[in-house]
Amino acid sequence: MSKNYFQVIRAGINTTFQDEGRKNLYHVGIPFSGAMDKRNYFLSNKLVGNKINSPALEFAYQGPLLKYFGNKINIAITGEVNFKIKKKDIIIDGNCYQSLNLENGDEIDILSTNKSVYGYLAIGGQIDLEYQWSSCSTNTKAIIGANDGKKLENEQVINISQLNNQSMERKLNYINTKIENIRIIKGTNFDYFSDKGKKIFLEKEFVVSKLTDRMGMRLEGPKIENVIDTNIKSEGLIKGVIQVPADGNPIVMLSDHGTIGGYPKIGVVISADYDKLVQLSPGSKIKFKQVDLSSAENLFKLYDLETQNLISQIE
Amino acid sequence: MIKNILNLGDAALYCDFGKEVNKETNTQVIRYFKSIQKENISSINNLSPSYNKLIISFDLKKTNFKDLKKIIENLNITNEDNLKNKTIEVPVCCDENFALDIVRLEKKLNLKREKIYENFFSKEFFCYMTGFIAGMPFLGDLSENMRAKRLETPRVKVPKGSVALTEQFANIYTFESPGGWNVIGNSPLTIFDSSKETNPNLINPGDIVLFKEISKKQYENYNE
Repeated sequence: MSKNYFQVIRAGINTTFQDEGRKNLYHVGIPFSGAMDKRNYFLSNKLVGNKINSPALEFAYQGPLLKYFGNKINIAITGEVNFKIKKKDIIIDGNCYQSLNLENGDEIDILSTNKSVYGYLAIGGQIDLEYQWSSCSTNTKAIIGANDGKKLENEQVINISQLNNQSMERKLNYINTKIENIRIIKGTNFDYFSDKGKKIFLEKEFVVSKLTDRMGMRLEGPKIENVIDTNIKSEGLIKGVIQVPADGNPIVMLSDHGTIGGYPKIGVVISADYDKLVQLSPGSKIKFKQVDLSSAENLFKLYDLETQNLISQIE
Repeated sequence: MIKNILNLGDAALYCDFGKEVNKETNTQVIRYFKSIQKENISSINNLSPSYNKLIISFDLKKTNFKDLKKIIENLNITNEDNLKNKTIEVPVCCDENFALDIVRLEKKLNLKREKIYENFFSKEFFCYMTGFIAGMPFLGDLSENMRAKRLETPRVKVPKGSVALTEQFANIYTFESPGGWNVIGNSPLTIFDSSKETNPNLINPGDIVLFKEISKKQYENYNE
């Protein structure tokens, strides 16, 4: 019996193992984590015949260069990703949203995410990973999850403990659409801000700064003026919360966020727009639009239904 | 009692227990937190108790704000005798190499370091909440004359184990992390243990914490 594994030749900028994340640990100080763009994560797994919530590799900007050793294996990449497959004699430009076959000695070179941040590489089979609190999701800040809580490193190995039996011929026609506005619900401290500050928040354009990672997204733009207090009594946070510290620049909490925060919450990104939000790369312009709770709930139903439809189209 | 339940975004309940930060209000928060935890409501993803708030985040595929709010409002909240709290002794070494901000505190509080440590080690602390980083306990209350603000410029790296003060609270840095609290010593005790699946935190909301001074030598030999 031969061993099946990937040799990591180049790890990429921030490549981690992710699944749906871990729940019921906020009170301990551990965030949800999990794949940032859930839809693309689910689709990658379905394309290789895995359960949709199986562990996959998430990469940001530049992904890994991997060399495969072992029996035939299926892989799939989702997102907006430029990548190449290097076989013995040829180099093939890779297409996202379709299953691909790798053979012993083949290489997969994930060059970049195109005008987006995150992409997913699913591997048809079971990756040999440790679980912590029923999730393999790596949280590099808390050093927990698969790969000893660390991001992928050069020269390490990814072991595949079991391959999916049949080879896949799966494909999906899908285009990641951009949205004009990120929709939000007013936060619990919305009234801490001046009328002018509120207007700026809901009408002006902000730019995603370079200080953006899996923990949070910092935005730059016109300052949002606070008229009550730039601190609140520290309290819980959830992903999507937009805090405004004393400097007036909003910060959006993302999947690896600190679990407690003491800055006023001006808004919360609606669940339906989260996958799109996280794909905004530094330099992207962003505008917020306010919706009410029932619209947000309906928009999520639609988004979820659309995701389910896409998953069921892959056979 | 919960004064008010609002929505925080479309997938969380924001339960407000009143403006005051004190043990009584926080005990109410913890009582709700423990009672809800015991119910094992499958649509709930997370509970975040803090000084005077409880945030309940939920799976929007399984429930919604209105329905979950009704469930929480109709819950039977267990009374005091179900709150089993521990008392934990935390050893702290106050060697100069660990007490990064003791000189600053002497100035800010206008107290000699002997007095600062005497006040600190004679105090019984109450754990209001844990978090920000995994396992970090927020402990109160320091007496009025011990309250100092955060550093003007936060440290990029506060060493793991640092015991630090700000305003009415003390905390312990469970990891090396950025932070702006006034560091007065270091504890060799493991406060967060990620290898423990069931209870990774040594100190939990509602627990009592006593700090005990140890020498540099005791510190060095502590984990042997």
